[in-house]
Amino acid sequence: MPDRTLGVLAAVFVAAAIGGFLLPQWALFLSTVAIAKALVVLGLMILWRTGLVSFGQALYYGVGGYAAGLAGRWLGLSDAILLLLLGGAVAAVIAWAVGLLLARYREIFFAMLSLAFSMLLYGLLVNTEALGSTDGVNITQPSFLGYAPGGGALVRSVYLLTIVTGLIAAWLVQIFLRSTIGQLASPIRDNEIRVEYLGVSVRSVIHLEVVIAGALAGFGGVLTALAVGHIDPEMAYWTTSGGFVFVTILAGTGSVIAPFLGALLFELVQSFAMTYTPDIWQLMLGAALLLTILFVPGGLWSLFERRRVGA
Amino acid sequence: MSEATLIGFAILMDGLVYAAWLFIVAVGLSLIFGVMKILNVAHGSFYAFGAYGAATLVGLYFDAGLPVVGGFAAMLLAAVLIGILLGAILERGLLRWVYGRDEVIVVLVTYAVFLILEDVLRLIWGADSHFAYQPYVALGNVVAGDMIISNYDLALIGLAGLIALTAWWGLNRTRWGKLLVAVIHDREMATALGINVTLVFAITFLIGAVLGAFGGAFTAPKISVTPGLGVEVIVIAFAVVAIGGLGSIPGALVGALIVGLCRAAAVHLFPQGELFVVYAVMALVLAVRPEGLFSRVQARRI
Repeated sequence: MPDRTLGVLAAVFVAAAIGGFLLPQWALFLSTVAIAKALVVLGLMILWRTGLVSFGQALYYGVGGYAAGLAGRWLGLSDAILLLLLGGAVAAVIAWAVGLLLARYREIFFAMLSLAFSMLLYGLLVNTEALGSTDGVNITQPSFLGYAPGGGALVRSVYLLTIVTGLIAAWLVQIFLRSTIGQLASPIRDNEIRVEYLGVSVRSVIHLEVVIAGALAGFGGVLTALAVGHIDPEMAYWTTSGGFVFVTILAGTGSVIAPFLGALLFELVQSFAMTYTPDIWQLMLGAALLLTILFVPGGLWSLFERRRVGA
Repeated sequence: MSEATLIGFAILMDGLVYAAWLFIVAVGLSLIFGVMKILNVAHGSFYAFGAYGAATLVGLYFDAGLPVVGGFAAMLLAAVLIGILLGAILERGLLRWVYGRDEVIVVLVTYAVFLILEDVLRLIWGADSHFAYQPYVALGNVVAGDMIISNYDLALIGLAGLIALTAWWGLNRTRWGKLLVAVIHDREMATALGINVTLVFAITFLIGAVLGAFGGAFTAPKISVTPGLGVEVIVIAFAVVAIGGLGSIPGALVGALIVGLCRAAAVHLFPQGELFVVYAVMALVLAVRPEGLFSRVQARRI
């Protein structure tokens, strides 16, 4: 079966790159944050296809953000691409260590243990003066291979870096999902023991997925930090993780494009709701989540798929 | 008293008080999970509603200048009313439609309810702080050596003990409790033997909800009741039940004691580690015993 997704990705990327020079600044900022969060959701999607939900993805998101912030503060590192790689690498290493333990768990216990680890980080950040405590840390102004823009040019540069990262990540994840290990996801979800009988180590598959999801969340954290210019412990709090899970369910897990659409929609609705109806924003979120689970269990993406099959 | 014994005593007292609070909050969560296999994030909302309800009722009661004793009855009444009301709406109106779906999906459903109730709470009570300090002040203090201990805190320990005893007695010494234990162990078999599982579920959920509201109601006099209350509580209650073993009442008690004492020790000896230590203990326990200290052995199904 030819893979059309990669072509669609490339087309969307070109459109997004052109948009970077046409769209107003607020839209670029919003898209940057949305795509950064979509990276985290992309990782959750991989886990979800295996039947796992992490209620602690904010751990890696926070690690990525703080790695970027502290590397700027302590090491004087300002190159955005270096920061991005650093944040992703640190998050991946931590995900690997946590994964040693986490890969033994399933279902609710997987969710709870990942929650515990993310709250560990939160506890550490809140109470450590050197890490900025509850106030957080400001990000030093980033540069891009020696080019150090300011103002609107900076917003655009971070946006472009983000869409490039998004493209590469989605591309690689798509290849992963179509690989043998990636294809094992739904068999593992359906019946893990039978997969083991086929000679596959389910634990190593899940461990690998935890690392991939962790690295993706780390990239997302760095990009958010660069876009916002500030990081605080809220990044690692459980409600942040809950938000990521929310977008995963809302978007659906049918395609690597779904997380990006879901995250964009989420950020758009959020920014309007925050302006016009801040009092009932969470209520709307909750209601949307309930309606999705009850009536569109495959997420918004499944609506597209159904239509395509019908046509 | 020497410095060291004083600190030791302080840790013990603070730890016990904190553990009592944790147990009251977590026991309902654990009960609901044990019977229904639902990890109820909305438990945090029951807690918050209980706290607001009690603060309002206690405020009204004391404004009317009535005798102090009734203030406690008012708190109790608020908790029971709110627990039954919210519990019934949630269980009958929503949860029974998702019974049998994946555990993780049901967690997300309760998470959605939690988000909705957070805003409902704000719409009803606004963003201001509410206070219900009167019952706390009314009970006064005892002085033990160099330490001043609030009687209200001591009463909280008593209340936790009472709830633990009642739960033990109810589960082990009553007909209802035995039916419940049967459902906990094997839902299918219990249904086959003619136990009305639907009814058991409904009642369990109400009891759990009332316990959650109880936790909030009896905490209200100690704190200023503000929005965002439930967010912090639910995650620490998770830690307690995860340490003890999901669904185990003795587990909730032991989990509460461990977390309570560890946190109190951290507060006195190493204040920076206050939050950290709770989750470090949780991660440690889960690393050694994945399903908590008091988990049951489960058959592997192929």
